[in-house]
Amino acid sequence: MSETVAPPPPEASAKPHHTVEFAVVRFAGDSGDGMQLTGQQFAIETAFAGNDLVTLPDFPAEIRAPAGTLYGVSSFQIQFGSGKVWTHGDKVDVLIVMNPAAFKVHLPDLKPSGILIVNTDAFTKSNLAKAGYDASPLVDETLKGSYRVFEVPLSKLTREALAETGLAHRDAERSKNIFALGIVSWLYDRPLAPTRTLLESKFGKKPQILEANLLALDAGHRYAEATELFTEYYRVEPAELEKGTYRSISGNQALAWGLLAAARASGRPMVYGAYPITPASDLLHELANHKNFRVRTFQAEDEISAIGATIGASFGGALGVCGTSGPGLALKGEALGLAVMVELPLVVVNVQRGGPSTGLPTKTEQSDLLQAFYGRNGECPLVILAPRTPSDCFTMAYEAARISIRYMTPVLLLSDGYLATGSEPWKLPDLAALKPVEFNLATDPETFQPYARDAETLARPWAIPGTPGLEHRVGGLEKKHITGNVNYEPDNHDLMTRLREEKVKRVQREIPPIEVVGDQSGQVLVIGWGSTYGAISAAIEESREAGLKVGHVHLRHLNPLPADLLDVIGRFERVLVPEINRGQLVRLLRAEFAIPAVGFNRVRGMPLRLPELVEAIETVARGEPLPTKDTAAEAFAGGQGVRSGDAEGNGGWMRDAFQQLWGLDRSGGNGASEG
Amino acid sequence: MSDAASATTEPLTKADFQSDQDSRWCPGCGDYAILSTVQKVMPDLGVPREEIVFISGIGCSSRFPYYMNTYGFHTIHGRAPTFATGLKLARPELTVFLVTGDGDSLSIGGNHLLHILRRNVDVKILLFNNRIYGLTKGQYSPTSEQGKVTKSSPAGSTDYPINPVLFALGAEATFVARTVDRNVPHMEMVLKRAAKHRGSALVEIYQNCNVFNDGAFKYLTERATKIDTELVVKNGEPLVFGPIDDRKGFVIRGTKTEIVKLGSVPDEDLWVYDETDPVGAGILARFDHPNFPVPIGVFLDIDRPNFSESMVVQEEQSIAKKGPGDIKELFLRGQTWDV
Repeated sequence: MSETVAPPPPEASAKPHHTVEFAVVRFAGDSGDGMQLTGQQFAIETAFAGNDLVTLPDFPAEIRAPAGTLYGVSSFQIQFGSGKVWTHGDKVDVLIVMNPAAFKVHLPDLKPSGILIVNTDAFTKSNLAKAGYDASPLVDETLKGSYRVFEVPLSKLTREALAETGLAHRDAERSKNIFALGIVSWLYDRPLAPTRTLLESKFGKKPQILEANLLALDAGHRYAEATELFTEYYRVEPAELEKGTYRSISGNQALAWGLLAAARASGRPMVYGAYPITPASDLLHELANHKNFRVRTFQAEDEISAIGATIGASFGGALGVCGTSGPGLALKGEALGLAVMVELPLVVVNVQRGGPSTGLPTKTEQSDLLQAFYGRNGECPLVILAPRTPSDCFTMAYEAARISIRYMTPVLLLSDGYLATGSEPWKLPDLAALKPVEFNLATDPETFQPYARDAETLARPWAIPGTPGLEHRVGGLEKKHITGNVNYEPDNHDLMTRLREEKVKRVQREIPPIEVVGDQSGQVLVIGWGSTYGAISAAIEESREAGLKVGHVHLRHLNPLPADLLDVIGRFERVLVPEINRGQLVRLLRAEFAIPAVGFNRVRGMPLRLPELVEAIETVARGEPLPTKDTAAEAFAGGQGVRSGDAEGNGGWMRDAFQQLWGLDRSGGNGASEG
Repeated sequence: MSDAASATTEPLTKADFQSDQDSRWCPGCGDYAILSTVQKVMPDLGVPREEIVFISGIGCSSRFPYYMNTYGFHTIHGRAPTFATGLKLARPELTVFLVTGDGDSLSIGGNHLLHILRRNVDVKILLFNNRIYGLTKGQYSPTSEQGKVTKSSPAGSTDYPINPVLFALGAEATFVARTVDRNVPHMEMVLKRAAKHRGSALVEIYQNCNVFNDGAFKYLTERATKIDTELVVKNGEPLVFGPIDDRKGFVIRGTKTEIVKLGSVPDEDLWVYDETDPVGAGILARFDHPNFPVPIGVFLDIDRPNFSESMVVQEEQSIAKKGPGDIKELFLRGQTWDV
């Protein structure tokens, strides 16, 4: 640590405190205000304090949207607690707003009597105008009646704290986010050491900026202790976490590391090809930094090149991986078909975002599931996996690579924007306990046949260039069974189509038995996938506390589906499938099992909201249709000409028809009484 | 990273490079001559068969890998350069050939051709140019002449054609050459030169499609006209063409080139070709029938660090600096805490 820096102030406060079990804090400001860094750092402090936590970064697609505008607002939310934390939280306890635009956008999410910390320096006439205010909303008396408002001249205080540094005012004010971090750290009794360490590593080579930020952090902390505004602070006791070494990890980072670990376990080099695309680019950035792991990254000229190069690398014996987001996956469709045809290992990561088209680049959505299943020409099955939390991205990336190499098949890994940028504490895994990555590398020219298959996995041998005597040709034309020569015979095509399908189906053998969380049989089985894990888990807890018999299955293997899924479904009276799309998994489940599963669907670019989800579970448990709010009908000519009643995917007459057909309304059914 | 046992030791022959698959090109197709010449040249490269990979896209030419007894990958339309790039990224030591056509490489795959050339990926690109779409039965291609009447252009194509050599030079290729399917000795020479080049090499091969565009290069292949239309490019020698009794050369004035009778100007004024000069190559590339004789040979051959070499250098530097990657150490990087 630099010697020019003043000693840290005592962190223990002399003021009284309240102990709370959970807290939700949101930092909101202009895209240039450093809200993401501030929030992430608060999350690290919180992890060090021993709490469980979930974060939600939310930022605009524009890099620096015009300052002060509503659409330029960037925010970071964290829920932390002494108990298990499932979601980033809906309503917030503490809201920090750096300008009027952030005030306007985020105030509706503050709990009644919640703490509002306002940077009053930013409430200038022009900023107010940009947010659409004629006069400052802070003078409104009802505001102070509804919330605990703390007006802090952040810019001025930061300037004053940094007066000695000799920085120009404008530069000094840049540390106001760190000043704010000091305040909130005080408010929740967070340790400052992790932030000091981070600042030192980030600005070690710029001593003046380092000093400014360290000063601002301490000044913010001291200010909160000294000011009469804050009369008390909060404590959140450490959560009971499994023993081990932890770190904070985001979904994209975990994905990158899972791939690295799998490549290392396989002993094959890894080639990662990508074309920059939000929100997947961080995968490329992360892996490009690890050349010493013999990871070769390739920033391709386009999405097609990225996948072509990785298939080429796999043909050469490497683990080929490419990462993209929805629009990129669309462009990769033809090459994915080739990978299915030539049966080479390939992992394609799709960090989903709001669609269609360019859609909502920085917002989350689960709407590429059907694209993953069917977005290619021909009968073109591949393995589809989906991580459910940021740290699960490590596990599932490893699993994707392992399955891909073992079965000689492309694997599509469906992450999403929420997982990618969200972070959580991660207990470092025991590398020795990871499953080995097995494969069949051909070397014997006497027995080699390009399309002879392993009896168990149906994988063809991996025969890589450089191996004498195994010279052979592959390509996108249909292959003759065993020899792999070009072949157009009707029966052979039928056989090969079935073999490709059966090979993917055999991946079922890799799936552990389903663990139903909550009730093992009963009224409602909630089936989810991907990043809705936290929201569904929390909703299940609430529903069970309310006395419902509810179970939760969160699918990480989507193709193939687990072999025992239908058995589990049969133990419940009804199936509810919440998704951040218009009903994709629910369609697949209905088609696969001919069950009247009900969809709960929101496409707001945001994670599902807990109260809505709990209500949906309760409604389905009662056997009632989900309430229909047909916004399309409302927006279009007052609803004329638009059929309502089916807006939740299975709302009205269809539900009744299904129930009559399948008799699922019978009391007792396959439900709890028999369970 | 080869897992292979020691390479084949006996000298290879042309027959060693012939696969057991029947060629399915039309009888009389120019592709047969190219295949035969490539198979003939292969043993001279001194590369074990298992170290050679042929990659192709889609089209008549792209069936090529099936007929070569090497490793081969018949990929998708226009994208062959991307597969070749990835393969070289994984396996820099392999000798990789890419076989493509004018539609495959310059229409659907134009973007990828541009990038494999500018990156100088060590891949030998054989571009069979027949100025027509053959496999889809006769539509005009990006190298078809303006006014070309085909099934899809009954009133004549309005598209201006692209010149593959000019394209490659514009993409900052480090080796660019042209040859003709009917000129086997010349093709052999050019293929060997390309194979020796350390970097991306583009070889345009004029190839006759006798079904849909027969005689497209007749002026260059028929004895009667060839003598006036063929300009054989030789490095360090004056560019000359024409019959013995009517030899002609070139004089460059400003940016214009003038055809001159030998003897009508001092010999030292004649354009002596320098294949390491990209500017000269650009001028020569614009020579075309009927205003100029058509140059065949090596237009450009220069050195520039190639893609996989540069990548390996960076990788070794990273290992020297950080040590071989250690996953456990990676996990502990940054801030961790114990519970």
